[in-house]
Amino acid sequence: MFTGDIVGYGADPKYCIETVMEHCDKGAVALLGNHDEAVFKKECDMNAVALAAIEWTRLQLDAGHRTFLEELPILIEEGETLFVHSSAAAPRSWPYITQARDADTSLRYTSKRVTICGHVHRPQYFHAMDRRPIESFTPPPGVPIPLLRQRRWVLVVGSVGQPRDNNPAAAYSVFDSAQGKITMHRVAYDIDTAAKKIRAAGLPARLAERLYTGS
Amino acid sequence: MADEVKSQRDLRPGAVLDGYTLEEVIHRGGMAVIWRATHPGIDLPIALKIPMIGEGDEASSIVGFEMEQMIMPLLTGKHVPKFFGMGDITQMPYLAMERIMGHTLGEVVGKLPAPPDLVARLGGKVATGLVDLHRQQVIHFDLKPANILFRDDTGDAVFVDFGLSRHAKMPDLFSEEIRIPMGTAPYIAPEQVLRNRTDPRSDIFSLGAIMYEMVTGEQPFGAPDSTKGLKRRIWADPKPPRAYIKDIPDWLQEIILRCLEPDPTRRYPSARQLAFDLTHPDRVRLTARAEKMTYAGWFKVWRRAKFKPIPKALTTHAAPEGVNSAPIVMAAVDLSAGHEALAEAVLEQVDRILTTAPESRLACVNILKTSLLTVDDTVDEEGRNIHLQRLAELKHWSRPLGRSGDRVTFHVIEGVDPAQLLIGFATDNHVDHLIMGARGHSATRRYLGSVSTQVVAEAPCTVTVVRLPDQQAANADNSALAGTSGISLRHAGGDESEGYNSLL
Repeated sequence: MFTGDIVGYGADPKYCIETVMEHCDKGAVALLGNHDEAVFKKECDMNAVALAAIEWTRLQLDAGHRTFLEELPILIEEGETLFVHSSAAAPRSWPYITQARDADTSLRYTSKRVTICGHVHRPQYFHAMDRRPIESFTPPPGVPIPLLRQRRWVLVVGSVGQPRDNNPAAAYSVFDSAQGKITMHRVAYDIDTAAKKIRAAGLPARLAERLYTGS
Repeated sequence: MADEVKSQRDLRPGAVLDGYTLEEVIHRGGMAVIWRATHPGIDLPIALKIPMIGEGDEASSIVGFEMEQMIMPLLTGKHVPKFFGMGDITQMPYLAMERIMGHTLGEVVGKLPAPPDLVARLGGKVATGLVDLHRQQVIHFDLKPANILFRDDTGDAVFVDFGLSRHAKMPDLFSEEIRIPMGTAPYIAPEQVLRNRTDPRSDIFSLGAIMYEMVTGEQPFGAPDSTKGLKRRIWADPKPPRAYIKDIPDWLQEIILRCLEPDPTRRYPSARQLAFDLTHPDRVRLTARAEKMTYAGWFKVWRRAKFKPIPKALTTHAAPEGVNSAPIVMAAVDLSAGHEALAEAVLEQVDRILTTAPESRLACVNILKTSLLTVDDTVDEEGRNIHLQRLAELKHWSRPLGRSGDRVTFHVIEGVDPAQLLIGFATDNHVDHLIMGARGHSATRRYLGSVSTQVVAEAPCTVTVVRLPDQQAANADNSALAGTSGISLRHAGGDESEGYNSLL
């Protein structure tokens, strides 16, 4: 499952899309993110740096890439789980889930017990029992967290590219729907090369710098 | 065919729940019923804890059950019940665990007030259990005489009821949920009263309150039933145990009152340091607490509450890794002639390591080798007590570290096998990091193995072996040999064990 934003800040948009395409041929599912949408949408509400990156990205992609992005679904439901890039609440306007209130709003728009989303580059889990207060939890890497059945969960799983939780390692998660557990993992990668490529492409320098600090 | 349990109504002797056959109710508490049960393939006695949920119950009982469901499968070791399985909370919830064959702390202690040495001994066992629990990153948060059991066979302390506990790496289900202090009134720590659930020293406070009650027969702060009443312990100092019973030893009062310090930073920084003091009464550093006979009256307490700021540590969240930030560091040093350079190198290494862990406690250890065959002299040629002399030398050696008070202890241990003595000390005292020197290379050591090799292989902790650069070591060895008159077999034997006279 790819939770969206395949392209946007990095210098390898073609490679990223083609890699996701390959996985999707083998049964993986990818969702639409706001940066993916920006590639084929005329107006988009983005800051200057992100916009500059999108304009550069457009030039790198061919029609096949664009079509693949255009056909990505906005959300997927499977069993008791909803997968969406931003939030169950108005997913097409890309709201961010950064605090309990946002998670609460999202929960009102879905009947699924577990919501898994990306969008925000900081991993954070929200959970609540019935109409009781929402609790928030920052998952530690490598620890399986049981998604207690009495509760509903909103899982912001972090990002592979450009993490912003002060940990520069790429984040991915393993979700075990049978066991009802999720484990976040962090992987170190060659930041130097990624940053060098960003600079070489003429993308804003800030996009390269922040990879080192994860901020 | 036995009845299959589908709901609370089906719970009766002989009924089967997920393969567990219920036998009889062994405990009926406010939030759960505990059944004795059997299961094919499980040889240990089984307890099935079934929460009473579903009849408009308090959310806290459900949350407590969720907590146990989350934490119990992660726990291991002899200080917790072995976990077997659990039932889905949305269907028929239960927790299957080892039924502890033993008695609660309350039962073991019997009539209060209890003898101080019994209280210290049991307190030491509980503290030892806490070391293991905290090492697993779990804070119990509800220690009380009914939640601590002692195994009949081994005497080990076992903790039960993790409904209020917290695992540093798991979500805390109580952080927003509960607006009132969660715990048991007589034993709850002041920071828990303020709803700060991050500090392992909360358990140390509770254990202090338990020991206080056992040794005096009185609860240090009573059993208030309001948040306001509970908050009093932020400001009040309890009546000193020796003011109740003057025969209570000063060191035990020192330990108990230190556990009960309202400011967590003034308590024992870790369970292992508390366990250490409870098992080494002669090493407890006495302060004004030991002799204290008076305590603040209501006016003074009221004035403190009104004018003094709340200690910062009560409201700041302790880092999860804080669970183990106050380690015990053990320095094993050979003080015999000819090994001064090595002793100094060990000292430097110890200094470096202590700098990174200022909260640590240092235990300086020297081995006094005794012989199996002869009755050893306890005095040297000049009539000095060898043991005391060693102790003085050990203190002298550590002086440059600038550690005083309770942050350093000294131990001269007598025995035959230096490696086993060091390993034994490290094991018994939950040492985190052992630093020792290794003499240079010699033929005998190569064949017979060295003390440091054995310690590295068997000690249950991190071991740093300090070695001198070759040239220095050679010089040291030569000068050591220069002091001996010819190398007889017996001398060679003495050399190979590295520290016959002291160690390493």
